[in-house]
Amino acid sequence: MVNTMMDTWAITKRNLLRYIRLPQLLFFSSIQPVIFLTLFNFVFGGALGQNSPYGAYINYLLPGIMIQTTLFGSLNTGIGLAEDMGKGIIDRFRSLPLSRAAVMAGRTMSDMLRNVVVMAIMFIVGTIYGFRFMNGFLPAIMMFVTALIFSFSISWVAAFVGLTVKDSETAQLAGFVFIFPLTFASSAFVPVQYMPGWLQAFANNQPVTHAVNAARSFALGSPMNSAFWYLLAWVAGILLIFVPLSIWRYRKS
Amino acid sequence: MSKAFEANNVNITFDGNIKALVNVSLAAEEGKIFGLLGPNGAGKTTLVRMLSTLLKPDSGSLKVLGIDVVAEAEKVRESIGLAGQYAAVDEFLTGRENLYMVGRLYHMSHKAAKKRADEILEEFNLVEAGNRQVKTYSGGMRRRLDLGASLVSKPKMLFLDEPTTGLDPRTRLELWEVIRNLVKEGTSILLTTQYLEEADELADKIAVIDHGSVIAEGTSKELKNKLGGDVVEFKVSKSNEVNKAISAITKIAAKDPTIEENNIVVPVKNGPKGLLEVVRALDTNKISLQTISLHEPSLDDVFLALTGERAKDQTIQKSKKREVPRG
Ligand SMILES: Nc1ncnc2c1ncn2[C@@H]1O[C@H](COP(=O)(O)OP(=O)(O)O)[C@@H](O)[C@H]1O
Ligand SMILES: [Mg+2]
Repeated sequence: MVNTMMDTWAITKRNLLRYIRLPQLLFFSSIQPVIFLTLFNFVFGGALGQNSPYGAYINYLLPGIMIQTTLFGSLNTGIGLAEDMGKGIIDRFRSLPLSRAAVMAGRTMSDMLRNVVVMAIMFIVGTIYGFRFMNGFLPAIMMFVTALIFSFSISWVAAFVGLTVKDSETAQLAGFVFIFPLTFASSAFVPVQYMPGWLQAFANNQPVTHAVNAARSFALGSPMNSAFWYLLAWVAGILLIFVPLSIWRYRKS
Repeated sequence: MSKAFEANNVNITFDGNIKALVNVSLAAEEGKIFGLLGPNGAGKTTLVRMLSTLLKPDSGSLKVLGIDVVAEAEKVRESIGLAGQYAAVDEFLTGRENLYMVGRLYHMSHKAAKKRADEILEEFNLVEAGNRQVKTYSGGMRRRLDLGASLVSKPKMLFLDEPTTGLDPRTRLELWEVIRNLVKEGTSILLTTQYLEEADELADKIAVIDHGSVIAEGTSKELKNKLGGDVVEFKVSKSNEVNKAISAITKIAAKDPTIEENNIVVPVKNGPKGLLEVVRALDTNKISLQTISLHEPSLDDVFLALTGERAKDQTIQKSKKREVPRG
Protein backbone atom coordinates (compact mmCIF):
# COMPACT_ATOMS: atom_id res chain seq x y z
CA MET A 1 0.00 0.00 0.00
CA VAL A 2 2.82 2.39 0.91
CA ASN A 3 4.61 1.28 -2.23
CA THR A 4 1.53 1.88 -4.35
CA MET A 5 1.31 5.41 -3.00
CA MET A 6 5.02 6.04 -3.55
CA ASP A 7 4.82 4.70 -7.09
CA THR A 8 1.75 6.77 -7.82
CA TRP A 9 3.43 9.87 -6.51
CA ALA A 10 6.59 9.26 -8.58
CA ILE A 11 4.47 8.94 -11.73
CA THR A 12 2.32 11.94 -10.79
CA LYS A 13 5.41 14.06 -10.32
CA ARG A 14 6.76 13.03 -13.67
CA ASN A 15 3.52 13.97 -15.43
CA LEU A 16 3.31 17.31 -13.66
CA LEU A 17 6.86 18.16 -14.72
CA ARG A 18 5.81 17.44 -18.28
CA TYR A 19 2.84 19.78 -18.01
CA ILE A 20 5.01 22.56 -16.69
CA ARG A 21 7.62 22.11 -19.39
CA LEU A 22 5.34 21.64 -22.38
CA PRO A 23 4.23 25.16 -23.19
CA GLN A 24 1.47 24.18 -25.59
CA LEU A 25 -0.11 21.88 -23.03
CA LEU A 26 -0.23 24.63 -20.48
CA PHE A 27 -1.57 26.99 -23.12
CA PHE A 28 -4.38 24.72 -24.23
CA SER A 29 -5.34 23.79 -20.75
CA SER A 30 -5.56 27.36 -19.46
CA ILE A 31 -6.00 29.79 -22.35
CA GLN A 32 -8.45 27.72 -24.33
CA PRO A 33 -11.02 27.43 -21.53
CA VAL A 34 -10.71 31.17 -20.93
CA ILE A 35 -11.42 31.82 -24.61
CA PHE A 36 -14.47 29.54 -24.45
CA LEU A 37 -15.65 31.20 -21.27
CA THR A 38 -15.30 34.61 -22.87
CA LEU A 39 -17.00 33.65 -26.12
CA PHE A 40 -19.91 31.85 -24.47
CA ASN A 41 -20.41 34.65 -22.01
CA PHE A 42 -20.50 37.45 -24.53
CA VAL A 43 -22.08 35.60 -27.46
CA PHE A 44 -24.87 33.80 -25.59
CA GLY A 45 -24.98 36.00 -22.52
CA GLY A 46 -27.04 38.77 -24.10
CA ALA A 47 -29.67 36.42 -25.50
CA LEU A 48 -29.86 33.95 -22.61
CA GLY A 49 -29.17 36.18 -19.67
CA GLN A 50 -32.63 37.75 -19.63
CA ASN A 51 -34.59 34.82 -18.29
CA SER A 52 -31.90 33.26 -16.12
CA PRO A 53 -33.07 32.75 -12.56
CA TYR A 54 -29.53 33.40 -11.33
CA GLY A 55 -28.98 36.93 -12.59
CA ALA A 56 -26.24 37.43 -15.14
CA TYR A 57 -25.61 34.60 -17.63
CA ILE A 58 -22.04 34.22 -16.29
CA ASN A 59 -23.53 32.85 -13.06
CA TYR A 60 -25.40 30.21 -15.01
CA LEU A 61 -22.49 29.56 -17.35
CA LEU A 62 -19.50 29.17 -15.04
CA PRO A 63 -20.45 25.93 -13.25
CA GLY A 64 -21.46 24.37 -16.58
CA ILE A 65 -18.37 25.37 -18.48
CA MET A 66 -16.21 24.23 -15.59
CA ILE A 67 -17.67 20.76 -15.81
CA GLN A 68 -17.11 20.78 -19.56
CA THR A 69 -13.53 22.01 -19.29
CA THR A 70 -12.52 19.53 -16.63
CA LEU A 71 -14.06 16.73 -18.69
CA PHE A 72 -11.99 17.73 -21.68
CA GLY A 73 -9.02 17.93 -19.34
CA SER A 74 -9.62 14.37 -18.23
CA LEU A 75 -9.21 13.21 -21.84
CA ASN A 76 -5.52 13.95 -21.42
CA THR A 77 -5.28 10.83 -19.31
CA GLY A 78 -6.01 8.68 -22.35
CA ILE A 79 -3.95 10.78 -24.72
CA GLY A 80 -0.96 10.73 -22.37
CA LEU A 81 -1.15 6.98 -21.80
CA ALA A 82 -1.43 6.27 -25.52
CA GLU A 83 1.56 8.51 -26.14
CA ASP A 84 3.63 6.78 -23.46
CA MET A 85 2.69 3.48 -24.96
CA GLY A 86 3.82 4.54 -28.42
CA LYS A 87 7.16 5.66 -27.03
CA GLY A 88 7.80 2.41 -25.18
CA ILE A 89 7.57 4.13 -21.80
CA ILE A 90 4.70 1.91 -20.71
CA ASP A 91 6.82 -1.12 -21.59
CA ARG A 92 9.56 0.18 -19.33
CA PHE A 93 7.08 0.80 -16.50
CA ARG A 94 5.62 -2.64 -16.92
CA SER A 95 9.04 -4.23 -16.68
CA LEU A 96 9.60 -2.52 -13.31
CA PRO A 97 8.38 -3.97 -10.05
CA LEU A 98 5.87 -1.18 -9.47
CA SER A 99 2.27 -1.69 -8.47
CA ARG A 100 -0.19 -2.29 -11.27
CA ALA A 101 -2.46 0.65 -10.67
CA ALA A 102 0.31 3.21 -10.17
CA VAL A 103 0.83 4.26 -13.77
CA MET A 104 -2.87 5.03 -14.33
CA ALA A 105 -3.41 6.39 -10.84
CA GLY A 106 -0.43 8.72 -11.31
CA ARG A 107 -1.84 9.85 -14.60
CA THR A 108 -5.36 10.48 -13.32
CA MET A 109 -3.95 12.24 -10.26
CA SER A 110 -1.79 14.60 -12.27
CA ASP A 111 -4.68 15.35 -14.62
CA MET A 112 -6.83 16.11 -11.61
CA LEU A 113 -4.22 18.47 -10.18
CA ARG A 114 -3.98 20.18 -13.53
CA ASN A 115 -7.74 20.57 -13.53
CA VAL A 116 -7.43 22.34 -10.18
CA VAL A 117 -5.14 24.93 -11.77
CA VAL A 118 -7.43 25.33 -14.77
CA MET A 119 -10.47 25.81 -12.52
CA ALA A 120 -8.66 28.44 -10.51
CA ILE A 121 -7.88 30.39 -13.66
CA MET A 122 -11.46 30.09 -14.90
CA PHE A 123 -12.79 31.17 -11.54
CA ILE A 124 -10.63 34.31 -11.58
CA VAL A 125 -11.66 35.23 -15.11
CA GLY A 126 -15.30 34.38 -14.34
CA THR A 127 -15.18 36.68 -11.31
CA ILE A 128 -13.90 39.48 -13.51
CA TYR A 129 -16.89 38.88 -15.80
CA GLY A 130 -19.18 39.24 -12.80
CA PHE A 131 -19.59 35.71 -11.44
CA ARG A 132 -20.48 35.51 -7.73
CA PHE A 133 -21.06 32.51 -5.44
CA MET A 134 -24.38 32.80 -3.65
CA ASN A 135 -24.06 30.17 -0.91
CA GLY A 136 -20.88 30.99 0.92
CA PHE A 137 -17.57 29.22 1.26
CA LEU A 138 -18.25 25.51 1.80
CA PRO A 139 -20.78 25.08 -1.00
CA ALA A 140 -18.39 27.02 -3.26
CA ILE A 141 -15.68 24.46 -2.51
CA MET A 142 -18.23 21.73 -3.21
CA MET A 143 -18.74 23.11 -6.71
CA PHE A 144 -15.05 22.54 -7.43
CA VAL A 145 -15.12 19.14 -5.75
CA THR A 146 -18.07 18.15 -7.93
CA ALA A 147 -16.14 18.99 -11.09
CA LEU A 148 -13.05 17.17 -9.81
CA ILE A 149 -14.61 13.89 -8.79
CA PHE A 150 -16.61 13.68 -11.99
CA SER A 151 -13.64 14.43 -14.24
CA PHE A 152 -11.53 12.01 -12.18
CA SER A 153 -13.94 9.20 -12.95
CA ILE A 154 -13.99 10.11 -16.65
CA SER A 155 -10.17 10.07 -16.54
CA TRP A 156 -10.39 6.34 -15.89
CA VAL A 157 -12.67 5.89 -18.90
CA ALA A 158 -10.14 7.84 -20.95
CA ALA A 159 -7.34 5.67 -19.55
CA PHE A 160 -9.12 2.56 -20.76
CA VAL A 161 -9.75 4.09 -24.19
CA GLY A 162 -6.15 5.32 -24.49
CA LEU A 163 -4.68 1.94 -23.58
CA THR A 164 -7.05 0.25 -26.00
CA VAL A 165 -6.57 2.41 -29.09
CA LYS A 166 -2.83 2.79 -28.37
CA ASP A 167 -2.53 5.95 -30.44
CA SER A 168 -2.76 9.45 -29.03
CA GLU A 169 -4.63 10.98 -31.97
CA THR A 170 -7.26 8.28 -31.99
CA ALA A 171 -7.55 8.61 -28.22
CA GLN A 172 -8.17 12.33 -28.58
CA LEU A 173 -10.70 11.85 -31.34
CA ALA A 174 -12.53 9.10 -29.48
CA GLY A 175 -12.68 11.33 -26.43
CA PHE A 176 -14.06 14.31 -28.32
CA VAL A 177 -16.67 12.28 -30.12
CA PHE A 178 -17.83 11.03 -26.77
CA ILE A 179 -17.61 14.22 -24.68
CA PHE A 180 -19.05 16.74 -27.17
CA PRO A 181 -22.58 15.33 -27.33
CA LEU A 182 -22.53 14.64 -23.61
CA THR A 183 -21.66 18.21 -22.69
CA PHE A 184 -23.85 19.99 -25.24
CA ALA A 185 -26.86 17.76 -24.72
CA SER A 186 -26.78 18.64 -21.05
CA SER A 187 -27.73 21.56 -18.87
CA ALA A 188 -24.22 23.02 -19.18
CA PHE A 189 -25.07 25.94 -21.46
CA VAL A 190 -28.84 26.17 -21.77
CA PRO A 191 -31.69 24.80 -19.68
CA VAL A 192 -32.78 21.34 -20.76
CA GLN A 193 -36.42 22.45 -20.92
CA TYR A 194 -35.78 24.20 -24.28
CA MET A 195 -34.68 20.98 -25.98
CA PRO A 196 -37.02 18.70 -27.95
CA GLY A 197 -38.64 15.98 -25.85
CA TRP A 198 -36.50 13.05 -27.00
CA LEU A 199 -33.35 15.03 -26.27
CA GLN A 200 -34.65 16.10 -22.88
CA ALA A 201 -35.10 12.47 -21.98
CA PHE A 202 -31.45 11.85 -22.76
CA ALA A 203 -30.15 15.11 -21.27
CA ASN A 204 -32.00 14.69 -17.99
CA ASN A 205 -30.61 11.25 -17.36
CA GLN A 206 -26.96 11.50 -18.25
CA PRO A 207 -24.15 12.19 -15.80
CA VAL A 208 -22.99 15.52 -17.25
CA THR A 209 -26.38 17.07 -16.48
CA HIS A 210 -26.24 15.69 -12.94
CA ALA A 211 -22.74 17.08 -12.51
CA VAL A 212 -23.69 20.48 -13.91
CA ASN A 213 -26.88 20.68 -11.84
CA ALA A 214 -24.99 19.69 -8.72
CA ALA A 215 -22.24 22.23 -9.35
CA ARG A 216 -24.78 24.94 -10.11
CA SER A 217 -26.80 24.17 -7.00
CA PHE A 218 -23.72 24.34 -4.81
CA ALA A 219 -22.73 27.65 -6.33
CA LEU A 220 -26.08 29.33 -6.70
CA GLY A 221 -29.14 27.33 -5.68
CA SER A 222 -29.95 25.01 -2.83
CA PRO A 223 -26.69 23.42 -1.69
CA MET A 224 -28.26 20.10 -0.72
CA ASN A 225 -29.57 18.67 -3.94
CA SER A 226 -30.45 15.31 -5.40
CA ALA A 227 -28.27 15.90 -8.48
CA PHE A 228 -25.18 15.46 -6.35
CA TRP A 229 -26.31 12.05 -5.12
CA TYR A 230 -27.14 10.94 -8.64
CA LEU A 231 -23.70 12.09 -9.66
CA LEU A 232 -22.02 10.20 -6.83
CA ALA A 233 -23.80 7.05 -7.95
CA TRP A 234 -22.56 7.60 -11.49
CA VAL A 235 -19.01 8.27 -10.33
CA ALA A 236 -18.99 5.14 -8.17
CA GLY A 237 -20.38 3.07 -11.04
CA ILE A 238 -17.87 4.42 -13.54
CA LEU A 239 -14.93 3.84 -11.20
CA LEU A 240 -16.15 0.37 -10.30
CA ILE A 241 -16.16 -0.59 -13.94
CA PHE A 242 -13.28 1.35 -15.43
CA VAL A 243 -10.58 1.09 -12.75
CA PRO A 244 -10.36 -2.71 -13.01
CA LEU A 245 -10.87 -2.54 -16.77
CA SER A 246 -7.98 -0.10 -17.19
CA ILE A 247 -5.70 -2.13 -14.97
CA TRP A 248 -6.57 -5.23 -16.94
CA ARG A 249 -5.80 -3.40 -20.19
CA TYR A 250 -2.53 -2.10 -18.82
CA ARG A 251 -1.41 -5.56 -17.85
CA LYS A 252 -2.28 -6.91 -21.25
CA SER A 253 -1.00 -4.01 -23.32
CA MET B 1 24.98 -24.55 -13.98
CA SER B 2 21.97 -22.28 -13.87
CA LYS B 3 20.84 -20.47 -16.97
CA ALA B 4 20.45 -16.75 -17.57
CA PHE B 5 17.26 -17.48 -19.46
CA GLU B 6 15.47 -20.39 -21.03
CA ALA B 7 12.63 -20.67 -23.48
CA ASN B 8 10.95 -24.02 -24.07
CA ASN B 9 8.69 -24.59 -27.05
CA VAL B 10 7.34 -21.08 -26.99
CA ASN B 11 4.56 -20.19 -29.40
CA ILE B 12 2.55 -17.07 -29.96
CA THR B 13 0.13 -16.01 -32.66
CA PHE B 14 -1.08 -12.44 -33.14
CA ASP B 15 -4.42 -11.48 -34.65
CA GLY B 16 -5.22 -15.12 -35.29
CA ASN B 17 -2.79 -15.59 -38.16
CA ILE B 18 0.57 -13.93 -37.54
CA LYS B 19 2.78 -16.62 -36.08
CA ALA B 20 5.34 -14.41 -34.38
CA LEU B 21 7.10 -17.27 -32.60
CA VAL B 22 7.00 -20.93 -33.56
CA ASN B 23 8.34 -23.58 -31.17
CA VAL B 24 11.16 -21.41 -29.97
CA SER B 25 13.54 -23.14 -27.57
CA LEU B 26 16.67 -21.33 -26.43
CA ALA B 27 18.94 -21.25 -23.43
CA ALA B 28 21.73 -18.90 -22.43
CA GLU B 29 24.49 -19.21 -19.88
CA GLU B 30 24.88 -16.71 -17.09
CA GLY B 31 27.40 -13.90 -17.40
CA LYS B 32 27.52 -14.01 -21.18
CA ILE B 33 26.06 -12.12 -24.10
CA PHE B 34 23.48 -14.05 -26.05
CA GLY B 35 22.83 -12.60 -29.48
CA LEU B 36 19.45 -12.96 -31.16
CA LEU B 37 19.96 -12.20 -34.79
CA GLY B 38 17.25 -11.73 -37.36
CA PRO B 39 15.75 -9.34 -39.88
CA ASN B 40 12.98 -6.88 -39.12
CA GLY B 41 9.80 -8.75 -38.22
CA ALA B 42 11.56 -12.00 -37.35
CA GLY B 43 10.14 -12.09 -33.80
CA LYS B 44 13.03 -10.68 -31.76
CA THR B 45 11.04 -8.04 -29.90
CA THR B 46 8.25 -10.50 -29.23
CA LEU B 47 10.67 -12.85 -27.48
CA VAL B 48 12.26 -10.03 -25.50
CA ARG B 49 8.83 -8.81 -24.41
CA MET B 50 7.97 -12.30 -23.23
CA LEU B 51 11.17 -12.78 -21.27
CA SER B 52 10.76 -9.39 -19.64
CA THR B 53 7.21 -10.28 -18.44
CA LEU B 54 5.37 -7.94 -20.84
CA LEU B 55 3.72 -10.62 -22.92
CA LYS B 56 2.51 -14.13 -22.18
CA PRO B 57 3.11 -17.00 -24.57
CA ASP B 58 0.18 -18.96 -26.02
CA SER B 59 2.09 -22.09 -25.09
CA GLY B 60 5.49 -23.09 -23.81
CA SER B 61 7.44 -21.90 -20.80
CA LEU B 62 10.05 -19.26 -20.07
CA LYS B 63 12.49 -18.85 -17.23
CA VAL B 64 14.78 -15.99 -16.32
CA LEU B 65 17.54 -16.70 -13.79
CA GLY B 66 15.71 -19.90 -12.98
CA ILE B 67 12.43 -18.11 -12.19
CA ASP B 68 9.28 -18.88 -14.15
CA VAL B 69 8.34 -15.74 -16.06
CA VAL B 70 4.60 -16.32 -16.20
CA ALA B 71 4.06 -17.70 -12.69
CA GLU B 72 6.43 -15.35 -10.89
CA ALA B 73 6.48 -12.23 -13.02
CA GLU B 74 6.87 -9.95 -9.99
CA LYS B 75 9.99 -11.75 -8.89
CA VAL B 76 11.46 -11.66 -12.37
CA ARG B 77 10.88 -7.90 -12.58
CA GLU B 78 13.01 -7.41 -9.49
CA SER B 79 16.09 -8.77 -11.22
CA ILE B 80 15.86 -7.69 -14.85
CA GLY B 81 16.55 -4.54 -16.80
CA LEU B 82 14.96 -3.76 -20.15
CA ALA B 83 16.12 -1.34 -22.79
CA GLY B 84 13.45 -1.64 -25.44
CA GLN B 85 13.73 -1.07 -29.15
CA TYR B 86 12.88 2.62 -28.78
CA ALA B 87 14.64 4.69 -26.16
CA ALA B 88 11.98 4.83 -23.44
CA VAL B 89 13.08 8.01 -21.74
CA ASP B 90 10.94 11.06 -21.11
CA GLU B 91 11.82 13.94 -23.37
CA PHE B 92 10.63 16.64 -21.03
CA LEU B 93 12.49 15.38 -18.01
CA THR B 94 16.20 15.86 -17.54
CA GLY B 95 18.51 12.88 -17.70
CA ARG B 96 18.90 12.99 -13.94
CA GLU B 97 15.13 13.16 -13.36
CA ASN B 98 14.55 10.18 -15.63
CA LEU B 99 17.02 8.06 -13.70
CA TYR B 100 15.80 9.29 -10.34
CA MET B 101 12.21 8.39 -11.22
CA VAL B 102 13.19 4.86 -12.21
CA GLY B 103 15.11 4.51 -8.94
CA ARG B 104 12.04 5.59 -6.99
CA LEU B 105 9.93 3.10 -8.92
CA TYR B 106 12.33 0.41 -7.72
CA HIS B 107 11.42 1.66 -4.25
CA MET B 108 14.80 3.13 -3.47
CA SER B 109 14.92 5.89 -0.88
CA HIS B 110 15.15 9.47 -2.10
CA LYS B 111 18.84 9.52 -1.18
CA ALA B 112 19.68 6.16 -2.77
CA ALA B 113 17.84 7.00 -5.99
CA LYS B 114 19.70 10.30 -6.24
CA LYS B 115 23.04 8.66 -5.64
CA ARG B 116 22.36 5.94 -8.20
CA ALA B 117 21.32 8.53 -10.79
CA ASP B 118 24.61 10.35 -10.28
CA GLU B 119 26.58 7.12 -10.58
CA ILE B 120 24.91 6.25 -13.86
CA LEU B 121 25.35 9.72 -15.33
CA GLU B 122 29.02 9.39 -14.47
CA GLU B 123 29.32 5.89 -15.89
CA PHE B 124 27.64 6.83 -19.15
CA ASN B 125 29.41 10.09 -19.68
CA LEU B 126 26.28 12.17 -19.21
CA VAL B 127 27.25 14.28 -16.21
CA GLU B 128 27.28 17.52 -18.14
CA ALA B 129 24.00 16.79 -19.86
CA GLY B 130 22.42 15.48 -16.66
CA ASN B 131 20.43 18.59 -15.90
CA ARG B 132 19.25 19.20 -19.45
CA GLN B 133 15.91 18.01 -20.77
CA VAL B 134 16.28 14.84 -22.81
CA LYS B 135 14.75 16.50 -25.88
CA THR B 136 18.09 18.29 -26.32
CA TYR B 137 20.02 14.99 -26.39
CA SER B 138 21.47 13.36 -29.49
CA GLY B 139 20.33 9.87 -30.50
CA GLY B 140 23.43 8.33 -28.98
CA MET B 141 22.94 10.17 -25.68
CA ARG B 142 19.32 9.02 -25.48
CA ARG B 143 20.40 5.44 -26.05
CA ARG B 144 23.00 5.72 -23.33
CA LEU B 145 20.49 7.21 -20.94
CA ASP B 146 17.97 4.52 -21.81
CA LEU B 147 20.58 1.87 -21.19
CA GLY B 148 21.46 3.62 -17.94
CA ALA B 149 17.81 3.59 -16.90
CA SER B 150 17.68 -0.17 -17.42
CA LEU B 151 20.65 -0.54 -15.07
CA VAL B 152 19.36 1.49 -12.13
CA SER B 153 18.66 -1.58 -10.01
CA LYS B 154 21.90 -3.32 -11.05
CA PRO B 155 19.96 -6.15 -12.72
CA LYS B 156 21.51 -9.58 -13.12
CA MET B 157 19.78 -10.05 -16.46
CA LEU B 158 19.63 -7.34 -19.06
CA PHE B 159 17.54 -7.27 -22.23
CA LEU B 160 18.77 -5.01 -25.00
CA ASP B 161 16.44 -4.87 -27.99
CA GLU B 162 18.35 -3.55 -30.99
CA PRO B 163 20.42 -1.19 -28.88
CA THR B 164 22.37 0.27 -31.77
CA THR B 165 19.77 0.46 -34.53
CA GLY B 166 19.78 3.92 -36.05
CA LEU B 167 23.05 5.00 -34.48
CA ASP B 168 26.01 6.30 -36.43
CA PRO B 169 29.06 4.00 -36.59
CA ARG B 170 31.08 5.89 -33.99
CA THR B 171 28.28 5.92 -31.43
CA ARG B 172 27.70 2.26 -32.14
CA LEU B 173 31.31 1.45 -31.27
CA GLU B 174 30.95 3.45 -28.06
CA LEU B 175 27.88 1.50 -27.08
CA TRP B 176 29.59 -1.80 -27.85
CA GLU B 177 32.28 -0.84 -25.38
CA VAL B 178 29.66 -0.08 -22.72
CA ILE B 179 27.98 -3.44 -23.31
CA ARG B 180 31.30 -5.31 -23.08
CA ASN B 181 32.03 -3.63 -19.76
CA LEU B 182 28.66 -4.66 -18.37
CA VAL B 183 29.40 -8.29 -19.05
CA LYS B 184 32.76 -7.98 -17.35
CA GLU B 185 30.86 -6.98 -14.22
CA GLY B 186 28.89 -10.20 -14.39
CA THR B 187 25.63 -9.15 -16.03
CA SER B 188 23.93 -11.64 -18.34
CA ILE B 189 22.73 -9.99 -21.53
CA LEU B 190 20.28 -10.85 -24.25
CA LEU B 191 20.96 -8.64 -27.19
CA THR B 192 18.91 -8.56 -30.35
CA THR B 193 20.24 -7.18 -33.57
CA GLN B 194 19.72 -7.03 -37.29
CA TYR B 195 23.42 -6.54 -37.79
CA LEU B 196 25.44 -9.63 -38.45
CA GLU B 197 28.59 -7.77 -37.58
CA GLU B 198 27.22 -6.76 -34.19
CA ALA B 199 26.32 -10.30 -33.17
CA ASP B 200 29.71 -11.44 -34.44
CA GLU B 201 31.49 -8.76 -32.38
CA LEU B 202 29.60 -9.02 -29.12
CA ALA B 203 27.80 -12.29 -28.67
CA ASP B 204 29.28 -15.39 -27.07
CA LYS B 205 26.46 -17.38 -28.53
CA ILE B 206 24.11 -16.54 -31.38
CA ALA B 207 20.67 -17.74 -32.37
CA VAL B 208 19.46 -16.88 -35.84
CA ILE B 209 15.74 -16.29 -36.01
CA ASP B 210 13.64 -15.98 -39.12
CA HIS B 211 9.84 -15.89 -39.51
CA GLY B 212 9.48 -16.70 -35.80
CA SER B 213 11.62 -19.83 -35.85
CA VAL B 214 15.14 -20.41 -34.64
CA ILE B 215 16.97 -21.61 -37.71
CA ALA B 216 20.47 -21.92 -36.28
CA GLU B 217 22.26 -21.65 -32.98
CA GLY B 218 25.86 -21.65 -31.88
CA THR B 219 28.94 -19.52 -31.49
CA SER B 220 29.82 -17.25 -34.34
CA LYS B 221 32.55 -19.73 -35.21
CA GLU B 222 30.20 -22.72 -35.16
CA LEU B 223 27.78 -20.95 -37.43
CA LYS B 224 30.54 -20.18 -39.85
CA ASN B 225 31.72 -23.77 -39.71
CA LYS B 226 28.29 -24.84 -40.86
CA LEU B 227 29.47 -23.68 -44.23
CA GLY B 228 32.60 -25.78 -44.06
CA GLY B 229 35.81 -23.78 -43.89
CA ASP B 230 36.18 -20.69 -46.02
CA VAL B 231 34.10 -19.51 -48.91
CA VAL B 232 35.00 -18.48 -52.42
CA GLU B 233 32.65 -15.83 -53.66
CA PHE B 234 32.52 -14.78 -57.29
CA LYS B 235 30.33 -12.95 -59.72
CA VAL B 236 29.98 -14.09 -63.32
CA SER B 237 29.82 -11.44 -66.04
CA LYS B 238 26.98 -13.01 -68.01
CA SER B 239 23.91 -14.22 -66.19
CA ASN B 240 23.34 -17.05 -68.69
CA GLU B 241 26.63 -18.57 -67.53
CA VAL B 242 25.51 -19.10 -63.92
CA ASN B 243 24.43 -22.71 -64.47
CA LYS B 244 27.55 -23.49 -66.42
CA ALA B 245 29.65 -22.07 -63.58
CA ILE B 246 27.77 -24.13 -60.99
CA SER B 247 28.31 -27.39 -62.81
CA ALA B 248 31.96 -26.51 -63.27
CA ILE B 249 32.55 -26.13 -59.54
CA THR B 250 30.20 -28.76 -57.99
CA LYS B 251 33.06 -31.17 -57.43
CA ILE B 252 35.15 -28.59 -55.61
CA ALA B 253 32.37 -27.29 -53.31
CA ALA B 254 32.39 -28.64 -49.75
CA LYS B 255 28.67 -27.90 -49.47
CA ASP B 256 25.99 -26.73 -51.86
CA PRO B 257 26.86 -23.34 -53.27
CA THR B 258 24.36 -20.52 -52.81
CA ILE B 259 23.32 -18.43 -55.76
CA GLU B 260 21.93 -14.96 -55.86
CA GLU B 261 21.60 -13.53 -59.36
CA ASN B 262 25.14 -13.50 -60.76
CA ASN B 263 26.72 -13.95 -57.36
CA ILE B 264 27.82 -17.42 -56.29
CA VAL B 265 29.18 -18.42 -52.88
CA VAL B 266 31.06 -21.68 -52.72
CA PRO B 267 32.10 -23.23 -49.39
CA VAL B 268 35.49 -24.91 -49.75
CA LYS B 269 37.52 -27.14 -47.42
CA ASN B 270 40.95 -25.69 -47.85
CA GLY B 271 40.84 -21.96 -48.59
CA PRO B 272 43.75 -21.09 -50.90
CA LYS B 273 43.69 -24.47 -52.62
CA GLY B 274 39.95 -24.17 -53.08
CA LEU B 275 40.32 -20.73 -54.61
CA LEU B 276 42.89 -22.01 -57.12
CA GLU B 277 40.66 -24.94 -58.03
CA VAL B 278 37.66 -22.70 -58.58
CA VAL B 279 39.67 -20.31 -60.72
CA ARG B 280 41.03 -23.18 -62.77
CA ALA B 281 37.66 -24.80 -63.27
CA LEU B 282 36.04 -21.54 -64.34
CA ASP B 283 38.92 -20.70 -66.66
CA THR B 284 38.78 -24.13 -68.30
CA ASN B 285 35.10 -23.52 -69.04
CA LYS B 286 35.86 -20.00 -70.35
CA ILE B 287 33.55 -18.33 -67.91
CA SER B 288 34.38 -14.65 -67.47
CA LEU B 289 34.20 -13.11 -64.02
CA GLN B 290 33.50 -9.68 -62.61
CA THR B 291 34.95 -10.35 -59.17
CA ILE B 292 36.28 -13.25 -57.13
CA SER B 293 37.43 -13.42 -53.54
CA LEU B 294 38.26 -15.81 -50.74
CA HIS B 295 37.02 -15.02 -47.24
CA GLU B 296 35.78 -16.44 -43.98
CA PRO B 297 32.04 -16.83 -44.27
CA SER B 298 30.28 -13.80 -42.85
CA LEU B 299 27.09 -14.27 -40.91
CA ASP B 300 25.40 -12.91 -43.98
CA ASP B 301 26.69 -15.92 -45.88
CA VAL B 302 25.41 -18.11 -43.08
CA PHE B 303 22.01 -16.50 -43.32
CA LEU B 304 22.04 -16.98 -47.06
CA ALA B 305 22.97 -20.62 -46.69
CA LEU B 306 20.37 -21.23 -44.00
CA THR B 307 17.41 -19.51 -45.57
CA GLY B 308 18.37 -19.32 -49.21
CA GLU B 309 17.85 -15.57 -49.07
CA ARG B 310 19.57 -12.60 -47.64
CA ALA B 311 18.37 -11.21 -44.34
CA LYS B 312 15.55 -8.92 -45.33
CA ASP B 313 12.74 -6.96 -43.85
CA GLN B 314 9.67 -9.11 -43.16
CA THR B 315 7.40 -6.50 -41.74
CA ILE B 316 6.71 -4.93 -45.11
CA GLN B 317 5.31 -8.09 -46.67
CA LYS B 318 3.36 -8.95 -43.57
CA SER B 319 1.79 -5.57 -43.04
CA LYS B 320 0.71 -5.66 -46.66
CA LYS B 321 -0.86 -9.05 -46.17
CA ARG B 322 -2.69 -7.81 -43.15
CA GLU B 323 -4.17 -4.88 -44.99
CA VAL B 324 -5.88 -7.02 -47.56
CA PRO B 325 -8.94 -8.05 -45.51
CA ARG B 326 -9.43 -4.49 -44.30
CA GLY B 327 -9.30 -2.87 -47.76
N1 LIG C 1 1.04 -6.71 -30.86
C1 LIG C 1 1.11 -7.23 -32.08
N2 LIG C 1 0.00 -7.40 -32.82
C2 LIG C 1 0.07 -7.94 -34.05
N3 LIG C 1 1.19 -8.34 -34.64
C3 LIG C 1 2.35 -8.18 -33.99
C4 LIG C 1 2.36 -7.61 -32.67
N4 LIG C 1 3.65 -7.60 -32.25
C5 LIG C 1 4.38 -8.11 -33.25
N5 LIG C 1 3.61 -8.47 -34.29
C6 LIG C 1 4.07 -9.13 -35.53
O1 LIG C 1 4.86 -10.22 -35.16
C7 LIG C 1 5.99 -10.34 -36.00
C8 LIG C 1 7.27 -10.28 -35.20
O2 LIG C 1 7.40 -8.96 -34.71
P1 LIG C 1 8.62 -8.48 -33.82
O3 LIG C 1 8.80 -9.42 -32.69
O4 LIG C 1 8.39 -7.06 -33.49
O5 LIG C 1 9.84 -8.61 -34.83
P2 LIG C 1 11.33 -8.01 -34.72
O6 LIG C 1 11.49 -7.41 -33.36
O7 LIG C 1 12.22 -9.15 -34.98
O8 LIG C 1 11.43 -6.98 -35.79
C9 LIG C 1 5.86 -9.23 -37.03
O9 LIG C 1 5.24 -9.78 -38.17
C10 LIG C 1 4.96 -8.24 -36.37
O10 LIG C 1 4.24 -7.52 -37.33
MG1 LIG D 1 11.95 -5.51 -32.91
